[in-house]
Amino acid sequence: MQTGGMSVRRPLELYIHIPFCVRKCLYCDFLSQPASEMVQHGYVGQLLEEIARESGYYQGYGVTSVYLGGGTPSILPAADVQAILETVRRSFCLEADAEITIETNPGTANLDKLKAFRDCGINRISLGLQSADDRELKALGRIHTFEEFLKTYQRVRLAGFTNVNVDLMSALPGQTAASWRNTLRRVLMLKPEHISAYSLMIEEGTPFYETYHDHPELLPSEEEEREMYYATRQILKEHGLERYEISNYALPGYECRHNIGYWTGVEYLGLGLGASSYLQGFRFRNVPDLEAYRKINMKADDADWRLHQDITELSEKDQMEEFMFLGLRMTRGVSGSEFLERFGQNMWNVYSKVLPKLKENKLIEVESPYIRLTDFGMDISNYVLSEFLLDE
Amino acid sequence: MPSIDQSKIRNFSIIAHIDHGKSTLADRIIEMTGLLTSREMQAQVLDNMELERERGITIKAQAVRTVYRAKDGEEYIFNLIDTPGHVDFNYEVSRSLAACDGAVLVVDAAQGIEAQTLANVYLALDHDLEVFPVINKIDLPSAEPDRVAAEIEDVIGLEAHDAPRISAKTGQNVEDVLEAIVAKIPAPQGDPEAPLRCLIFDSIYDSYKGVIVFCRVMDGTVKKGTPIRMMATGAEEEVVEVGYFGAGQFIPCDELSAGMVGYITASIKNVKDTEVGDTITDRDRPCAEPLPGYKKVTSMVYCGLYPADGARYGDLRDALEKLQLNDASLFYEPETSVALGFGFRCGFLGLLHLEIIEERLEREYNLDLVTTAPSVIYRIHKKNGEMIELTNPSNMPDPTEIDYMEEPVASAEIMVTTEYVGAIMTLCQERRGVYLGMEYMEATRAILRYDLPLNEIIYDFFDALKSRSRGYASLDYEVKGYQRSELVKLDILVNHEYIDALSFIVHAESAYERGRKMCEKLKEEIPRHLFEIPIQAAIGSKIIARETVKAMRKDVLAKCYGGDITRKKKLLEKQKEGKKRMRQIGNVEIPQKAFMSVLKLDDE
Repeated sequence: MQTGGMSVRRPLELYIHIPFCVRKCLYCDFLSQPASEMVQHGYVGQLLEEIARESGYYQGYGVTSVYLGGGTPSILPAADVQAILETVRRSFCLEADAEITIETNPGTANLDKLKAFRDCGINRISLGLQSADDRELKALGRIHTFEEFLKTYQRVRLAGFTNVNVDLMSALPGQTAASWRNTLRRVLMLKPEHISAYSLMIEEGTPFYETYHDHPELLPSEEEEREMYYATRQILKEHGLERYEISNYALPGYECRHNIGYWTGVEYLGLGLGASSYLQGFRFRNVPDLEAYRKINMKADDADWRLHQDITELSEKDQMEEFMFLGLRMTRGVSGSEFLERFGQNMWNVYSKVLPKLKENKLIEVESPYIRLTDFGMDISNYVLSEFLLDE
Repeated sequence: MPSIDQSKIRNFSIIAHIDHGKSTLADRIIEMTGLLTSREMQAQVLDNMELERERGITIKAQAVRTVYRAKDGEEYIFNLIDTPGHVDFNYEVSRSLAACDGAVLVVDAAQGIEAQTLANVYLALDHDLEVFPVINKIDLPSAEPDRVAAEIEDVIGLEAHDAPRISAKTGQNVEDVLEAIVAKIPAPQGDPEAPLRCLIFDSIYDSYKGVIVFCRVMDGTVKKGTPIRMMATGAEEEVVEVGYFGAGQFIPCDELSAGMVGYITASIKNVKDTEVGDTITDRDRPCAEPLPGYKKVTSMVYCGLYPADGARYGDLRDALEKLQLNDASLFYEPETSVALGFGFRCGFLGLLHLEIIEERLEREYNLDLVTTAPSVIYRIHKKNGEMIELTNPSNMPDPTEIDYMEEPVASAEIMVTTEYVGAIMTLCQERRGVYLGMEYMEATRAILRYDLPLNEIIYDFFDALKSRSRGYASLDYEVKGYQRSELVKLDILVNHEYIDALSFIVHAESAYERGRKMCEKLKEEIPRHLFEIPIQAAIGSKIIARETVKAMRKDVLAKCYGGDITRKKKLLEKQKEGKKRMRQIGNVEIPQKAFMSVLKLDDE
């Protein structure tokens, strides 16, 4: 590999979706379901063909990150994961320093499998823990205990991974501020490089929706939830994990590059069932129906047409809006000079009504050329970010 | 064309409680008299407004003429005059009935007699109509035609042992109804040579023909060129065209003579000139007396209608103007509100009428509206002897100037199954009802009679009635006059600012309760802001209730998964759309629907 390569190749991120899990969690509304090994294997076969086919369009690109998400991608046999990465490597130009992540759930990966992941070039593991309290885990419908997580974590380190994320969730049924702090502390003792901490959302179509939508009193109160939220930032900071995005914290240098790409307008190609893509000013998404996906002949002329749907070209207005509402998720904020460079317009003119108002309300702060959300702005980011949608 | 033999004409209405199958039977009659092929049939020919179909009720009276070859071998002309089926339109119903010689009473074989069944029968009998019952929906598993027949005989006193038992839906036995119409409904008896007397029972505006007047000729004959005069409004014109009603179309003919039902056009520009119930006569040869029963239609319920987007005030005005062309009972005049800007104070026959107009404005004219709480007309007697009729609470004079106030009262009949009598009596009590009496119609059903202030009826009384009787109670009411009452104006302050459009008038005794509920309701409706918002209810300068909308503290999106930005943007768009549907008042954004909150105070 030539070191100068980076500058000539256009950066591309790959998201690869594995829509399978051992059992669906009660809160989960992602595209995932349990499936037989045969179905899984068949899916991987189809995925490999899709990767090979789609790569043909991206010759000038260099892949800077690969993210295997799900579902539970670690449910796949090591050989399947290896095959996926081999195909990626063969089909795309994968940069030498690419960040390659696989989501792994406790109880789905033994040491051999993790070593195999490492051997095929994966350099980042994202572990789904959610809580260190077994009762809370049970209430979520997770398949593992905290003890099992600890074992998996140990194996991850043994296998040689030095960049590990742990997913945590607050505002869970039965959770208290004390139990949340306990979860944070127990996880911090393990010194992960990265933590994603989300508040539970009650999504329509999930068992949780049935249980809790009309009974918010069964969930932690607003006050308690706020306490958890503030505790998160404070405790993680004490341990050197800085917030760099609304829900993401990392040791310096370990911020997830793949995710940052989403917020900063890097192009990405989604591969596999229901995966989203952003390419050359278009957003689209793969077909979400497993049967339909399985039936596509990846060698046929109509494969793209059958695979991609909801194809939308972003207007300049769309792009400005995204630049703002995605970029502001990052604690570093968005740069007015970059806005000017990209759109040839002054951000303060385009948002002449919005920005002064938000500033006055202390929802954003200005450090020229950057603007960023204040802590309060982060707390109510939906409210703030929706202000950046422009009128027709 | 030779004059039509009156003995071969049958002018009738179908009367029924809502959903008992009136429109379906009308469709079958039209179908079976062969005037329309099945292909021409729309699902419900008489209900030709989209809105009516959805609500399952008929709003404007209409008519259709069909030809039936009876078993006696003769051809009979049926003029079926459709009536609106809701208390808001009582007067219109009465005029439609006055245009008939008889009525077919449709009773649901499962539900039996309901409040509107009775009200309509009494109305028909008041007009000396021959009424015969038909028991419908015998195809339902829960049908009990024998019980219902007995009920009709016991409660109404109509012979029902030979009542046709039919299914209008399947067409079963509908032929019996046609034969009964021929046999039981009397032929008209007008004098075609007498001076013209013609009853207006409806009119619509057509941009080519002007007003099309729907009428029944009682005496005399009218044809092209006849100089006519509307006796109540005094409008005069020369007839341009007469005709009768095909299904869904106007079919011109040479003349309309005594006994016939049809339409007249005469280059009339405004439906206000052709009021329902008015008598049309020959200007040059007028009749001695107009037909009885004419009443000037007055609005009962008022509310403010404002465009959500202030820039569309002109569009709203144009839309109201167009609606009024066809609906003389719709009243509007411009008004301004501090909170809502420019809009209109509109008058309606009742709440249903209001809702229909509101929906038509939103649907047909694509207007986004803010509606203020409906109000009745209060009479304010001032100390200086002046009397004002108040239709907008924010115009109420200072209490120190007021001697006393009066409010309209309605006499109401509520029919309810006995198990819910207690609950309904409690409701009426809460709504300041004065109990007049109760009659058992049979072991399981009773009619409760109450005098109820009209303003209590318009505040979600229907909903409360339905919810407390699990849908079994039905209501009929008529405004009977004014009574003196202790009334106060309740003001609402949001973030210490008085919101004129949220004021309403309420009885002094319920003021505290209403104020408290109003604040609670608004607390639910007003989204959190960056700051705390007090919501207060006040009478004059006295605060009687308070709630607080807490400041916004958290509003964060969850995980953005696999780069699905589109979904994230949709969520933000929804949030922004929500902001758009708000009214900025001071620093506070109030959702449009909050202005109707007062109607939803009995939710629990």
